[in-house]
Amino acid sequence: MSEAIASQPQRNIISRLWNDKETRSVIIQIIAFAAIFAFFFFMVRNAISNLESIGKDISLDFLSQPSSYDISQSLIEYSSRSTHFRAMIVGILNTLLVAVFGVILATLVGFLLGVLRLSKNWLTNRLAYVYIEYVRNVPVLLHILLLHGIIVHSLPLPKNALNLGDAAFLTNRGFFIPSPNFEPLFWVVTGLFAAGIIFSIWFSRYAHKVQDATGRHYPVFWINLGAIIVVPVLAYFILGSPITWEIPELAGFNFKGGMVVRPEFVALWIALSFYTAAFIGEIVRSGISAISWGQTEAAAALGLSRGRILNLVIIPQALRIIIPPLTSQYLNLTKNSSLAIAIGYMDIVATIGGVTLNQTGREMESMTIVLLLYLTFSLLISSFMNWYNKRIKLVER
Amino acid sequence: MTEKNYIPGEHPDLPPPSNLIGPVAWIRDNLLSSPANIIMTILSVWFLYIVIPPTLNWFFLDAAFTGEDRNACRAVADGACWAFIGERFKLFTYGFYPEEHRWRVNLSFILLIAALIPVLFDKAPFRSLGLKFAMAFPFIAGWLLVGGLGLQPVPTSQFGGFMLTLVIGITGIVFSLPIGILLALGRQSNLPIIKVFCVSFIEFIRGVPLITLLFVASTMLSYFLPPGTNFDLLLRVLIMVVLFSSGYMAEVIRGGLQAIPSGQIEAADSMGLKYWQSMRLIVLPQALKISIPGIVNTFIGLYKDTTLVIIIGLLDPLGIGRASLSDTKWTGLSTEVYIFVAIFFFISCFGMSRYSLYLENKLETGHKR
Amino acid sequence: MTENAQSTQATASGDNYAVIIRDMHKWYGEFHVLKNINLNVTKGEKIVVCGPSGSGKSTMIRCINALEEHQQGDIIVDGTELTNDLKNIDAVRSEVGMVFQHFNLFPHLTVLENCTLAPIWVRKTPRAEAETLGMEYLERVKIPDQANKFPGQLSGGQQQRVAIARSLCMRPRIMLFDEPTSALDPEMIKEVLDVMIELASEGITMLCVTHEMGFAKTVADRVIFMDGGEIIEENNPDEFFDNPQHDRTKLFLSQILEH
Repeated sequence: MSEAIASQPQRNIISRLWNDKETRSVIIQIIAFAAIFAFFFFMVRNAISNLESIGKDISLDFLSQPSSYDISQSLIEYSSRSTHFRAMIVGILNTLLVAVFGVILATLVGFLLGVLRLSKNWLTNRLAYVYIEYVRNVPVLLHILLLHGIIVHSLPLPKNALNLGDAAFLTNRGFFIPSPNFEPLFWVVTGLFAAGIIFSIWFSRYAHKVQDATGRHYPVFWINLGAIIVVPVLAYFILGSPITWEIPELAGFNFKGGMVVRPEFVALWIALSFYTAAFIGEIVRSGISAISWGQTEAAAALGLSRGRILNLVIIPQALRIIIPPLTSQYLNLTKNSSLAIAIGYMDIVATIGGVTLNQTGREMESMTIVLLLYLTFSLLISSFMNWYNKRIKLVER
Repeated sequence: MTEKNYIPGEHPDLPPPSNLIGPVAWIRDNLLSSPANIIMTILSVWFLYIVIPPTLNWFFLDAAFTGEDRNACRAVADGACWAFIGERFKLFTYGFYPEEHRWRVNLSFILLIAALIPVLFDKAPFRSLGLKFAMAFPFIAGWLLVGGLGLQPVPTSQFGGFMLTLVIGITGIVFSLPIGILLALGRQSNLPIIKVFCVSFIEFIRGVPLITLLFVASTMLSYFLPPGTNFDLLLRVLIMVVLFSSGYMAEVIRGGLQAIPSGQIEAADSMGLKYWQSMRLIVLPQALKISIPGIVNTFIGLYKDTTLVIIIGLLDPLGIGRASLSDTKWTGLSTEVYIFVAIFFFISCFGMSRYSLYLENKLETGHKR
Repeated sequence: MTENAQSTQATASGDNYAVIIRDMHKWYGEFHVLKNINLNVTKGEKIVVCGPSGSGKSTMIRCINALEEHQQGDIIVDGTELTNDLKNIDAVRSEVGMVFQHFNLFPHLTVLENCTLAPIWVRKTPRAEAETLGMEYLERVKIPDQANKFPGQLSGGQQQRVAIARSLCMRPRIMLFDEPTSALDPEMIKEVLDVMIELASEGITMLCVTHEMGFAKTVADRVIFMDGGEIIEENNPDEFFDNPQHDRTKLFLSQILEH
């Protein structure tokens, strides 16, 4: 530094080192490292002596012991005799279940809201705006509790269940819906559906080739729609509806047969999805309005129709803007699903971080596992996001 | 009609044809411009018809505003039972803060408003003095609420209600901003150790839900403290909330820092400013201005997240409400409680987001000029 | 009402005219932007439109391919009248090319893809043919070597030349230029004007909003001066520049030629 040269006699070695750019950065880093290390050392030493004084050790043995608690909703076989480890797996699956269903519903509702916000219709536009502002400015926990409260308090007991066409029954113990039994012929329908998907992949490529070669356009969307949806649906009816439905029936105080969807799951799923949808709606709206009007004008001036302008010019550009914040909304939804514990839905936090922790007293181990699980989800989603961002980045100078 | 012939350049401004302006034209353009538009309008009107009358009935027309208990409410009306909220209003506001000391909460609230005015509006009188007061406010309020130094101490376990929400929210907002700035600078730093530390801290915080951090605070944190020390639960929660939101704040501010052209730093360097001087005088003022919308959004998120403390047993308004519901007199009124609390949050958060829009517009025009 | 008489007249003389604008008015809300515009453009004619900013010249030119709606009067482009009929509008747009002030290239497509997009999707041209066509016009605007780059990688002048090539790929009969050089750095203006001058020599109908008076003198058959939403004066370039009639035209010319 010029100042250092100007000051005539180098007073001592310390000030000389401090004024050297390289050494100064090394010194700062050594101090920082020492401070961080000392802090962690202090914490760990405290933890060891604290654990020693109450005679606890760190071990994961508790995971293989029987959990001795029940979980109302489980995707895999589970009973109170299963291990804590299995309880944890049930929790992970429940978190993933609500996250996956939540992401799907939130995307659908969110894009719908975004489109409504862009609508020229003043009334719809305002309605979507009011909805988005209300939902975004109220804590998601309140939405979850409110919805759960409404389901539990305003739906009837099983014996007076709200009857939907003698097939589904809404009660405060859950939604009882028919469960399907697939007859052999149904596999024909499934097969046609799969064939439809394969056909439409092939047909899209074929249509593209034909268009490249001759310029001819096929109505790809409608033909694919027919192959994937219409043909299997027709086949289903021609084959005489080869699904029998097991209808839930009232037996004693509760329903038997069919499937049950728990009110906790419904409340959490709907509340999380509609909450996240409000944010997605704003993302979609701002993503599409970020594309300058000049793009639409240029495409229109070339004679492209409205649908093609949207498909070929606006959507490909808007998606680049929309997808990164969209993924972080998905991540938020997954993290917010941890609020399940407030209404007793057994997710990761409620199983391993809740009941297991309380029963075994293994705070350190349980909480570490919970934190690591969420970190894994986050890293997976954000590494996908980084990969995608790199792939779609617009090339500029 | 034939055009009158005007001399070129003398053509007057004519009013548009009557079918282009006025309410009828507005309705035609905005509600009925195409078949799809007409369908949308019909659906919207139908939706409003379905939603508004029952809501109004429940809220006001069919609601009971007085009554001894739930049955008294039900006897009068089928809708909401606001009598319950009325009876518990003080509890919702102060939690279990001792009756005779509530003036301290009220005083803190008045001081809060006095501290906010100079922060929010740059045309407030005596602004520089006001800003100094605003910096001191958290400590004054802390002293008033907790006590000590001549005031009778009040244990934090008696904090509750909206007051607790404000305590957690404002502490989080006040302390997460400086920590967030330091983390953001650390993440941009070219000293590898500091950079790695900041990056891993930020990514850790952003990777886990707040609720797990609160659980860590309530179950695990005491293991890491020297034997024999016992920290207050509220203090532990406050630390976690501050750390949590500073991780998000850091990312918002980093966005602002990245938007500052490198020429600014080079200019500052060439003037001989030291690192901290150039950050404090040149870079941060610009970066913070750009990130204001993001910062306010983080504040709103933090403020909403204060509701999560009920899960580890603190009694914010939601917690008070849920506790009150277990009173047999008022059982089953959860909807009223949740909606009441929702209105409170909506007003505060909507206010914050409006303020951020106002600031954005103000800064934008400043930029254009 | 003389409408009938006028429309027969239009069909009678329609063959000679590329664009007919008759008694056209436009409002933005309460604001009267275009007042009683009357303009006939014969086929192959080169017209330069000038005027101070806010005079409505861009708006007028944008009405010709229905990017802006007019509220009174008629616009007939190449024999097709612009009404609310979307079919008519699409037909007109595919015959009329337009070049914008800010290029408006599609940033997610390569230069060549920008050129082939409309031939493939509107004209239903096979891809290979569309690409040959695209390369042909990129050569005409002298940037065939940039074909596989993205617009963001090009300079402003290059982008504007791509935009011209993109319009030409639809083989339009009429080209509209909306201040094509006013967003460009001075050293790039010439390369774009050169392309436009070459284009003019090929007999295409051109309407060009520009302040490049040199271009107007070389190329234009007629110069139109607009102010306050009206056509104030029109004349051939020599008369227009040497002997302006209206005071406003004189003022405008003195301001423009000062620097």
